Formats: sequence, structure tokens, C-alpha cells
Amino acid sequence: MTAGTPDPLIEVAGISKQFRTRSGDDVVALSEIALAIPVREFVTIVGPSGCGKSTLLRLIAGLVAPSTGRVRIAGAPVSGPRRDIGMVFQVPVLLPWRTVLKNVLVPAEVIGLERRAAAARAHELLELVGLGGFADKYPSELSGGMRQRVAIARALMHDPAILLMDEPFGALDAMSREAMNLELLRIWDASRKTIVLVTHSIEEAVFLADRVVVISARPGRVSDVVEVRLARPRTAKTRSEPEFVRIAERLRGHFEMVQAA
Amino acid sequence: MTARPLRGRLERYGPPLLAGAALLAAWEYLPPLFGVSKLLIPRASAVAAALWVEIERGLIFDAFIVTLFEALAGFVIGSVTAIVSAALITRSRLVERALMPYLVGLQALPKVALAPLIIVWVGIGIESKVAIASIIAFFPVLINAIVGFSTVEAEKVELMRSLVASRWQEFRIVIFPNALPFIFAGLNVAIVFSITGALVGEFVGADRGLGNLLMQLNFGMDIAGMFSVLVVLALLGVALHALVRFAHRRLIFWAEPENIETNTP
Repeated sequence: MTAGTPDPLIEVAGISKQFRTRSGDDVVALSEIALAIPVREFVTIVGPSGCGKSTLLRLIAGLVAPSTGRVRIAGAPVSGPRRDIGMVFQVPVLLPWRTVLKNVLVPAEVIGLERRAAAARAHELLELVGLGGFADKYPSELSGGMRQRVAIARALMHDPAILLMDEPFGALDAMSREAMNLELLRIWDASRKTIVLVTHSIEEAVFLADRVVVISARPGRVSDVVEVRLARPRTAKTRSEPEFVRIAERLRGHFEMVQAA
Repeated sequence: MTARPLRGRLERYGPPLLAGAALLAAWEYLPPLFGVSKLLIPRASAVAAALWVEIERGLIFDAFIVTLFEALAGFVIGSVTAIVSAALITRSRLVERALMPYLVGLQALPKVALAPLIIVWVGIGIESKVAIASIIAFFPVLINAIVGFSTVEAEKVELMRSLVASRWQEFRIVIFPNALPFIFAGLNVAIVFSITGALVGEFVGADRGLGNLLMQLNFGMDIAGMFSVLVVLALLGVALHALVRFAHRRLIFWAEPENIETNTP
């Protein structure tokens, strides 16, 4: 097991996950994954496509059950989906018939939060993600980056301790992506959440993280864990610092090995 | 400033109005030119006069209200039953798989064939027509609603699951609104079908309604009178269809029209 702080918020212990394909073969998606994530840490998980990193996120979220091993959150085993987690998916998953505000309010509605307090909080969150003037717009009126911001505001609505993000900026162009990375760090700083973010972009993984977890493909195994000691707040210049370049190189090495294999 | 909207209005309403006028003129003057008896195809003006006579007699208004009520009541009962049934059927994959082939099969059965049976069971009053109209309206809405309830993106359901939403919340917040474009494709068909249902019911056995009036005029060989009933029926159809389209626009402004399939049995 990875040595972490004594009381990790998220503890993944000896997780394996097998899937049975339609043709009846067993595919090992994840094998013997162990991770300990303390409160307020920003962890990124990077790996080639098909390495099971999205599955790992779903296991932590309780949306998928592991074949062996166990996930604990704040010491308690995860047995199903839970409300102290906010999810951001690869696509924004907005409801097109609801305004931006009503989309952000979905978790409040499901959980049954008091309406006026919830609406006030939703407005605050929209300010936080930089969409203050867009509460009454419909998703079809927004750009891809703006929609994903709405999804982030929605994930924060019920004030979960943990934010799980599955390649949230994968569909954005490079420029919006870098802008969203800065935004996300600002939001993380303001909201004091523990974030686990899955990405296949090495740059993004290093830029955001306190710690980068590298997962290899088939079966998905933790092949490296890298501490990122770059100063915060990070800016566009962070990407050209020698430390950034060094870590990015190291991570890239893993994927070149994968390709060679 | 005022020139442009006026021009826009002309461009929008001009062509259909002109085409309508041309059709009326053709109806009025063409059949006699080709030697068709005006007993078989009465002139437009004669039909207008016959319509006026029917209005003065007061029967056509009563018949209109009766058929409107039958069609509308049948539409509402049939559609609501269909939506509720579809919601229950799609709650379980197993039930859906078990029932679907029979529902599709029933879809192919011409439901008007049930009309004589229903008249026998329910009688010749308004109730039997409402029953026939609702049976006919039921199926297109049912099939479309089933398709709508089952074609929801997995991510939307996963979002609800991640929030530990109840099945009712999942249905109310995601599945039902998501299915509305499909449901409306069914309603568009159902509203026209329900008029047909009411009318066929009246043909088979009734003492009131436009279908009944049409049969009476038919027995009396009042062709112009029959035409006037057809005009009223067309107006009824257009009005009810417009009602559904109005609701459609208000409710599903967000959907892209190309991913809605119409199910016309």
C-alpha cells in the first residue's frame, strides 16, 4: 500500500475488477490497485485509453462493485453510490430542457435541500465557475467549455467532500482546456475539496496534481506515483518550469514503454 | 420600418392563401367544364350554402360538439393510459421483453375492426365512441412512449444513480422529460386517429355526432350536405392537430427534430 497520511479520506485497498465480455471471456480491467488519498489532496490518474482508469473512478464512486478488494471513504466501506461525492463525467450530461440554474439544482432536488438556500447556493456556484450571467440560459446556448463548467457547479451543489472527475476536459480544444485547468485549480482552492481527476493528458495531470498516479494498460496496475512539488498557485508559466518538464518526461517514459511492449 | 414585416407576412401567408383561392376556384368551375354532374361534385358555393343551411338547422353544431368531445376524451384517456402503461412496462426489462412482440403485433391490427364489438358491449351512446377513440389513440402513444422511456443516455441515469436518486426521481427528473419528443410523435398520430375512431364508431352505431349526420345526409342523397360535414371534419382535425402542435412547441423547444422518429401504424 502507498504510504500516505495516517487517516486517508479515500482508501483503495487491493482492488481488482474483472469484466465478462459478450463473448464470455474474462477481462481483467484493474489488478491489485492500492491508493490512499488524504483530505484536500488533488490526485490525477493518468494512463492509456482502456487501462481501466474510468472504472477506478466508478469504483470509488460506488457505481461499480470491485471483484476483490475494498474502497473505504472516511474509514467506512463503500457499498454503493453516496452523496458525499460529486461526479463530473467526460460529457457534461446536462438536461437540455432545464435552464443552467435548474441543471445545477438537480442534486438539491434529489437530496431535498431547502429550495431558497439551494437557489442562493446555485447562484454562488455559477459565479464561482464564471457563469454568473447565464443562470437562465439553456445548455444549447452554451459552448462546450461553459457546459462543462455547469457540470462542475452541479457536482459542487450538495457540497460533497470529494469531487471525482472523469476526463472532464477531454472534449475541449487545447486553448479552452488550459483555461479550464486554471479555473479548476481556482475552484479547488476556493471550495476545499478532495479531487480525483482521470485524464489521458500528461500535461494536464502534472499541471493540476499534488500527486500523479500512473496506471498501466491490461491489466490496469499502478506503475508509478509521482509527487508534484510545483508551487501553488500555478499559472501558465508553471508549464515551462524545469520541474514540470522533468515530471512530464518521467511520465511520458511509462507510455513509451507501453507502446514498445 | 413597417415595410419589412408587411413583406414578411406577405411572403409567409401569400402563397398558401393564393393556392387556397385557386383550389376553390378550380372546385367551383372545373367539374362542370368536364361535364361532371353537380349532383356528384357540388360546387364550392353550393357546399357553402349547404353548410349555412346545416348551421341554421342547428344540427351540425350539436354534432360537431359531440364528435369533438368523443375524439378529445378518447385522445386524453388513451394517451394518459398509454403513457402510464409504458412507464410501468419499461420499469422491468423482463416485462418489456415479454410484452413487446405482442404490442407490436396489436399495433398491426386495424383497431377500427373492434368498433362493432365495442358498440355491442358499451351501447350506442357517446361512451362507446370515447372507448373506440381511446383504444385507437392508445397504441401509437404506447409504442412511442416505450421507445422514449428506454432510449435515455446511460450517463444521465448514472448521474441520477450517483446522487442516490429514487426510481421515481429518476423517472420524473430524467426519463420522462427525456421521452417527451417521442411521446409527442405518438400524440401527433393519436389525435388524428382519435377523430377517425370517433367517426367510425358513429358510422357503426350512434344517434348523434358528425358521423351520424354524414350517414343521415348520405341516406337522403344530400351530397352538398355531406360535403359540408367533410369541411367541418377537416376543420376539427386541423384544430385538434394545432392544439397538439402548440403544446409540442411549448414543451419540447429544446429537442432537435431529427432524432425523433414517428411511429405511424
